[in-house]
Amino acid sequence: MADLRTNFVGVSSPNPFWLASAPPTDKAYNVIRAFEAGWGGVVWKTLGLDPPVVNVSSRYGAVQWNGQRIAGLNNIELISDRPLKINLDEIRQVKREWPDRAMVVSLMVPCDEASWRSILPMVEDTGADAVELNFGCPHGMSERGMGAAVGQVPEYIQMVAAWVKQYSKLPCIVKLTPNITDIRWPARAAKKGGTDAVSLINTINSITTIDLDLMAPTPTVDGKGTHGGYCGPAVRPIALNMVAEIARDPETRGLPISAIGGIGTWRDAAEFIALGAGNVQVCTAAMHYGFRIVEDMISGLSNWMDSKGYRTIEDFRGRAIRNVTDWKFLNLKYDIKALINQDLCIQCGLCHIACEDTAHQAISREKDGQRHFEVDNDECVGCNLCMHVCPVDDCITMQRVDDGSFQNWTTHPNNPMAEKA
Amino acid sequence: MARKETGDIAAGRLDPAQLARNFSDVSPPLDRQRALIEASRCHFCFDAPCIQACPTAIDIPGFIRAISTDNLRGAALKILDANIFGGQCARVCPTEILCEGDCVRNSPEEKPVEIGALQRYATDWVIRDRVALFTRAAATGKRVAVVGAGPAGLSCAHALAMRGHEVEVFEARAKSGGLNEYGIAAYKVVDFSQHEVEWLLSIGGIRVHHGKALGRDLALSQLRRDFDAVFLAMGLAGVNAMGIGDERLPGVRDAVDFIEELRQAEDKARVPVGRRVVVIGGGNTAIDAAVQSKRLGAERVTLVYRRSAEAMSATDHEQAFATAEGVHVIHCAQPAELLSSHGVLSGVRFEHTRVDGSGRLQGCCEFFDLEADMLLKAIGQVLLTDGLSEGGIDLLRLEKGRIAVDANAATSLAGVWAGGDCVGGKTDLTVQSVADGKHAAAAIHEALTADREIQHG
Repeated sequence: MADLRTNFVGVSSPNPFWLASAPPTDKAYNVIRAFEAGWGGVVWKTLGLDPPVVNVSSRYGAVQWNGQRIAGLNNIELISDRPLKINLDEIRQVKREWPDRAMVVSLMVPCDEASWRSILPMVEDTGADAVELNFGCPHGMSERGMGAAVGQVPEYIQMVAAWVKQYSKLPCIVKLTPNITDIRWPARAAKKGGTDAVSLINTINSITTIDLDLMAPTPTVDGKGTHGGYCGPAVRPIALNMVAEIARDPETRGLPISAIGGIGTWRDAAEFIALGAGNVQVCTAAMHYGFRIVEDMISGLSNWMDSKGYRTIEDFRGRAIRNVTDWKFLNLKYDIKALINQDLCIQCGLCHIACEDTAHQAISREKDGQRHFEVDNDECVGCNLCMHVCPVDDCITMQRVDDGSFQNWTTHPNNPMAEKA
Repeated sequence: MARKETGDIAAGRLDPAQLARNFSDVSPPLDRQRALIEASRCHFCFDAPCIQACPTAIDIPGFIRAISTDNLRGAALKILDANIFGGQCARVCPTEILCEGDCVRNSPEEKPVEIGALQRYATDWVIRDRVALFTRAAATGKRVAVVGAGPAGLSCAHALAMRGHEVEVFEARAKSGGLNEYGIAAYKVVDFSQHEVEWLLSIGGIRVHHGKALGRDLALSQLRRDFDAVFLAMGLAGVNAMGIGDERLPGVRDAVDFIEELRQAEDKARVPVGRRVVVIGGGNTAIDAAVQSKRLGAERVTLVYRRSAEAMSATDHEQAFATAEGVHVIHCAQPAELLSSHGVLSGVRFEHTRVDGSGRLQGCCEFFDLEADMLLKAIGQVLLTDGLSEGGIDLLRLEKGRIAVDANAATSLAGVWAGGDCVGGKTDLTVQSVADGKHAAAAIHEALTADREIQHG
């Protein structure tokens, strides 16, 4: 049985599954239910200075796709709208009752030294394990110079991280916004400021849908809408790339990462950990199905690790980083061709029409007057499109046909900048 | 209810609530959510096999994709443009041997997309709200007579009216719709056929005359003189006889009459049915008669077919449905004698059969009797040829008892086309009749406009 315990910047938890700072971690009632369900830790929903913010009614918008009710979720909720003292009291109480679980407190206060200096001792006093700096929230708070407004300026990130390290002994995690051109810059700034770790991604700026009757964005608040933060399964590929970029950047290599972004299963978690994440944070999947999803995340990850012979999370953490590279280093001699298994083929023709209309005209539709789909290897460039559109598992597979030689763009004759051999 | 030893035929065998349940929609419509889920199962195949399997070649993946985007008008137009009776066909088509039978999702692990149910979802609202989807072309001044207001006749009439021709439809019965109205089990089509006909006729340019039968009230030669073209689609109004004694014996009925009475009855509690019913036949008419007898409250219903299950023209799905409804099915037995007592039917004697080496059916000279208060004959319908000969002379060529047509649906008589069940050599499905009518309309239109070019030339 695999050991799922993690120690992330000195914060230990029984498993790598934390709940992200969000509505599920807004108060003691929810957090206790989460711990009862088995979650390894929580990042308490972001605290601010009193007076508390005010939230709107109508807060979430969902992107439905092909029967999936929440392929992506967008929210326009702000930080905790409860008085600071109530939150601090509850954090203290829950941490006392659940000492083995990670209790991280998310913070967002105005971007001045005094505000940060004032709130940190209060958090430290609760017995919480660490703080997470919310530099990511893309809506509402950013209009007030907080959240993503800070996260989009690397100099501010470095400055605030440094204040936090100066005024608190608690480990510090900087939560990054993906609403930026190159994620490496804010990560480097956080490191320079002395942060212990980064967490990412926060939500992506978005408009979920336009209600064509109201002619207004959703979620609609009395006829109007605003951009909100997008999350859920749809954003996971973006998060994977950003985590990988930080993990393989020489300037931030080794900086602990808490991964966030569309994680809902043990497999999602394993992928982020393979890219170097020390743990993962979950929100949308829990909001969709409830806290009980953690049961399968725990048993699934454990069983997979057993099947691979990994005893601890560290055994496979970061193993995929070395295989994330720049395009120019990919082997141009590698050659694969699609092969259609005629026994599995259901004759839907999707491979043919995709290839015929939008790719390389490499799949025929007829043989001896009969409906029949077959790949012409001379035309196939091995793009994988047919394999992806085929509705039958393993019906179309890609077969390697090259001679095993290697040449990448850096030495290719077509590259004017090619390195001389 | 008191039980009689013989001649136990009575109405109201079940309480009204039970009857209402038994004759309500056998497969209720999909709501939007279920339709979207089902639509999402369609792979949107290229050159889809389901289209090939449809006699009217409806663009099935296309209309399902339109459903999935809430483009219901687009979906309805795709269906009804190809098949003006798309609403009816959604209910009565044996989809298991047509579109759904060829769905690529068929496999031991999977079931096909519910194309029929989705088609109903896409079209019901059009009929219900009387949505005008089609407009007529400018009037051509050409007049066409259509004999029979069934699926073939009205499909042809609609297609001709759309092209600007004037159509007069002559229908022997009191209502339009043909077998849609009179020949389908009541629970398959609930409160729909007349609405569909009214919607179809709302395009304009079509006048329907009821109570006008060819050979009785109309002469084909007169129609040819009065109209620019004639389309015959009178169906099969006659029934085969068993040839085993006096079939006028009380208790012996044609299944089609029974089905019609039931379908037309406002109150099913007034339709009499035997306590013990025997149905003879192997087609969907036999199944409809047997299952409806059971649902009316018959105690025992036995369906007897002379050949094996595989030879039945009723689909596997229909056969399984009948069995699930409690109909007892006996294969390989043919009726030998009607048994009577006190002047009414008391039973039927059957002879076991076998098929000899050359495929011919033979009696085995082994007999068994089934007690019966009611015998429903469903051994096939025949063309009534009364109107097809005048003065003892056949007006047009028949083939195996049905009207012979060429590839353009033209009969051997100039200016006369034919389609639907009165023409042989194909399946006798509603959807086939609709396809026939559409096909003939195109041929008639071409002939009529070719005429005009000559006149103007």
